[in-house]
Amino acid sequence: MSQFRIPGKGRVDHAETVRFAFDGREFTGLRGDTVASALLAHGVHLMGRSFKYHRPRGPVTADSAEPNALIGTSRGPGRFEPNTRATVQELREGLMCESQNRLGSLSFDLGAVNDALHPLFPAGFYYKTFMWPRSFWDKLYEPVIRRAAGLGRAPSEVDPDRYASRYLHTDLLVVGAGPSGLMAALEAARAGARVTLVDENPEMGGALRSDPGIEIAGQPAWDWLDGALAELESLGVRLMNRTTAIGYYHQNMVGLCEKLTDHLDTIPENAPRERMWRVRATRVVLAQGALEKPLVFHGNDRPGVMLAGAAQTYLHRYGVKVGDRAVIVTSHDSAYHAAFDLAEAGTKIVAIVDTRATPEEDLRAEARARGIEVLTGHTVTDTKGRLRVASVTVNPVEGGRIGAARLLHCDCLLMSGGWTPSLHLFSHTKGSLQWDEESRTFLPGRMTEDCHIAGAGRGLWGYGEALADGAKAGAEAATALGKKAGATPLAVAHDRPGTGESHKELPTNRKSSRVRAFIDFQNDVTAKDIRLAVREGMRSIEHVKRYTTNGMATDQGKMSNINGLMIAADAVGKAPPEVGLTTFRPPYTPTTFGAFAGYHKGATFEVTRRTPIDAWAEANGAVFEPVSLWRRAWYFPQGGEDMEAAVARECLATRASVGIFDASTLGKIEVAGPDAVEFMNRMYTNPWTKLAPGRCRYGVLLGEDGYIRDDGVIGRLGSDLFHVTTTTGGAARVLNMMEDYLQTEWPDLDVWLTSTTEQWATVALNGPKAREVLVGLVEGCDISAEAFPHMSVAECRVAGFPARLFRLSFTGELGFEINVPARHGLALWEALMQAGEPHGITAYGTETMHVLRTEKGFIIVGQDTDGTVTPEDAGLGWAIGKAKPDFVGKRSLARPDLVAPGRKQLVGLLTEDGAVKLEEGAQIVLDPGQPKPMKMVGHVTSSYHSATLGRSIAMALIEGGRDREGETVHVPMPEGVVRAKITSTAFYDPDGDRLKL
Amino acid sequence: MLLIHCPYCDETLPELEFAYAGEAHVIRPEDPSAMSDEEWRDFLFIRTNARGPHFERWRHVHGCARFFNAVRDTVSDRFLLTYKAGEPRPDLASLEAAQ
Ligand SMILES: [Zn+2]
Repeated sequence: MSQFRIPGKGRVDHAETVRFAFDGREFTGLRGDTVASALLAHGVHLMGRSFKYHRPRGPVTADSAEPNALIGTSRGPGRFEPNTRATVQELREGLMCESQNRLGSLSFDLGAVNDALHPLFPAGFYYKTFMWPRSFWDKLYEPVIRRAAGLGRAPSEVDPDRYASRYLHTDLLVVGAGPSGLMAALEAARAGARVTLVDENPEMGGALRSDPGIEIAGQPAWDWLDGALAELESLGVRLMNRTTAIGYYHQNMVGLCEKLTDHLDTIPENAPRERMWRVRATRVVLAQGALEKPLVFHGNDRPGVMLAGAAQTYLHRYGVKVGDRAVIVTSHDSAYHAAFDLAEAGTKIVAIVDTRATPEEDLRAEARARGIEVLTGHTVTDTKGRLRVASVTVNPVEGGRIGAARLLHCDCLLMSGGWTPSLHLFSHTKGSLQWDEESRTFLPGRMTEDCHIAGAGRGLWGYGEALADGAKAGAEAATALGKKAGATPLAVAHDRPGTGESHKELPTNRKSSRVRAFIDFQNDVTAKDIRLAVREGMRSIEHVKRYTTNGMATDQGKMSNINGLMIAADAVGKAPPEVGLTTFRPPYTPTTFGAFAGYHKGATFEVTRRTPIDAWAEANGAVFEPVSLWRRAWYFPQGGEDMEAAVARECLATRASVGIFDASTLGKIEVAGPDAVEFMNRMYTNPWTKLAPGRCRYGVLLGEDGYIRDDGVIGRLGSDLFHVTTTTGGAARVLNMMEDYLQTEWPDLDVWLTSTTEQWATVALNGPKAREVLVGLVEGCDISAEAFPHMSVAECRVAGFPARLFRLSFTGELGFEINVPARHGLALWEALMQAGEPHGITAYGTETMHVLRTEKGFIIVGQDTDGTVTPEDAGLGWAIGKAKPDFVGKRSLARPDLVAPGRKQLVGLLTEDGAVKLEEGAQIVLDPGQPKPMKMVGHVTSSYHSATLGRSIAMALIEGGRDREGETVHVPMPEGVVRAKITSTAFYDPDGDRLKL
Repeated sequence: MLLIHCPYCDETLPELEFAYAGEAHVIRPEDPSAMSDEEWRDFLFIRTNARGPHFERWRHVHGCARFFNAVRDTVSDRFLLTYKAGEPRPDLASLEAAQ
């Protein structure tokens, strides 16, 4: 039996020991222990080192607000988690854990040199210290200070665990299964509501688990709890333990993170580690209770100094005494009860030191009866003990004067600065908080959501009050749900009501430079830091917070916010509500990235769209690239080719004979109806009225602001039917834009829009031999040069399949695009490959497509344009139907800025040295000798090596570019300045002779 | 996540099914060419940016695909009303009185 374990006491199973290791040392605990309770049972308080000063620290709490006892836990490769609170991590067989933020051993930490240097790290040191010369960053801050200050190490391997997510709809969600939450759930469930009750702890019951002496309805507290939980279960209430409500979002959506396996000895196969629930509740009851505050005095952070309520919890929930000799220092009645319980368990209570001059006489009498000395109107001015508190110095305070010191020897110091209602979730809803002067704390004010707050969460104290308030909230929620409900009164015996006072830092007679009174333990923020921040000009609590980092650690200031506010308000000389409280943000407690990601990782991170020809590409060794959500064949390397060699071969083969390309990802929209022509005239820049059925045209779509949004070839299949193609990434956007105009601006037009992107598989055939390959497969259409000229479209059959056949070219070669129903796409491809074999048909990917189109100066919307490019800028002025009275964006083309000289225009760019390829995105200057920062006149938009031309080619947007044709510009790069000449964008076959084959 | 009532489907559904579509009741002029540069600029770019009730458009893009109008309070994020495209702009005072 461990030295500090009390046989038979607590909720732990004394019959089942669990082995674990802490910093390589083997320990045993009991089933039901946390790492913290098991270590405390062995008398181990030292569990970590602080963030900045590496001061030795032990647990201050027994719950999820813990700032100090952070550990790394591990269960094999990839399953390392840093910054886990030892106070909530349940023991499991073989658990490996380690302390954090130490250089050397936990008991001898080299980083503690930071503590001796603490004058170097005052409030705002991030802003002051780190502003020294740049070289200090590389030599001092990063390597030394960053290493010395910090939390746990980040895991280095991929997390192999699964994380689940689910939705849940419920009438009533109750957050917190303490006395208030249980009663709320009971009353609502009894009235017939569908209720969900969640609690972050392994066991429900809340504070009652730390107060077994209470009697409810004539039963001991824990017997009553058993009955209440059994009744909830029989009423069909969904009881979720180990489940934290992490955030409260709009319209009663609450996020829950349920921990499923961290407490298990072995993980069941395929079991998710955590599950994120998105709960939509008609009503919510927040019954989160209150968090105990520390008192702020010199040396309040030594191991062995903890909250009195935590000591009470370790005693009753885990059967662990936190020490043999305890000094209590308190400003709240609750710590008396902790002292009495500990005394009964055999801990010597050296004294109860009360900061108040006249605490409740009943409590003092009970202390006297138990032989416990009570020192009223006292302060704490010092503590001693290197790795564990060994003594505390207390002094009477009379009329603001500190009296004679008295030294009390102890092995633990239990403090209570009163209790803060836990209103984090309520604050997420933007509900307002109201300062209550009597309790000197914030209470819930105006509600914005359909929620109720019950119990200690709204400042009530004592079990009788909490139970009654919970019952009332449950009944109110049920009534709001349209149920008939009543709140049954419960008799409570041996209740522990109480009151207290809130303080700024306790008075002291120490020189202020020698006081280290901590507020935020995790971020090592002291009372002095807060006062310094105010002296240096911070007035708003939000500024104080950021300057000092108070409340910015992983515990989000659960213990430190109110103490920080009290001291800041005192320093500013204003009332606390005027200084304000910092904003609480989700999540309530640290939550794993895995829980947020859920199923969205790896192959299911996002949708991968595949064309009907994808399988062929994969079987033929394609390298793929993502294009919006599609995966597209990028190039098809053969026999160990690298990308450059493969692309060069694909380009040359297409220009010399015939290439085949999967263009199925092109967006396709069918525009049909009697007013289809009118609609097209209004949407696209081009005129459509005179385009005959059977012909197609390159269309340009603008935004109303006059900038290019999309482009594509559009075929007219009948007087009332257009086959519109869009860019791969633009399909959904274009359809949305068309629908917008059709539904809201021109609802009178008789037009239907249908997305057909995935209905058609599209294969592009390009090259001088394209017709020869295709001709034998086409039925019902004469595709000779005369009968089917460039920019023709026909419905026919290809390879036996119904097809829409376009003659068009995105390569400058004789080209066809064959659309067949998607299910025939692969068969069409294979038929074309077979027919093309005698001509050495070559499959090419998107990279070759880009090279070929750049050689012709064809643009890609979104690459050669950026949302500020007009048709005129892009050299597409010819595509504007100037005679049309109106189209989307037409009026904007006359805006003063859009017709002003000096706009960036798309031009060609040839480097002086053809072997040098420019970087896409590289900035262009006219004079490379000008002082920095240089005037940038444009940037490179497309740049490729052209095997056909035997040199690099590029396109660029350059101010007044077309008037500068022939001029030399400069592209400064890290390796030196590249010189390039502005040219036309038609690098290859500028007269388009090859299209006329 | 907000819940939004589609006036066409007459269903209240999660925000995931919808897409925001800018301010409502900004009507494209009948004859843009007749507008001055300033008038056209205002039509293109000048928006209310309301603090409080805001008339705006949404599209039930993963549902019936219809565009509709809404009044949403930009402070509380609460929807006061949704209504079909083409219906007149509702009276704010009576809407707020009804809340
Ligand atoms: Zn709808």
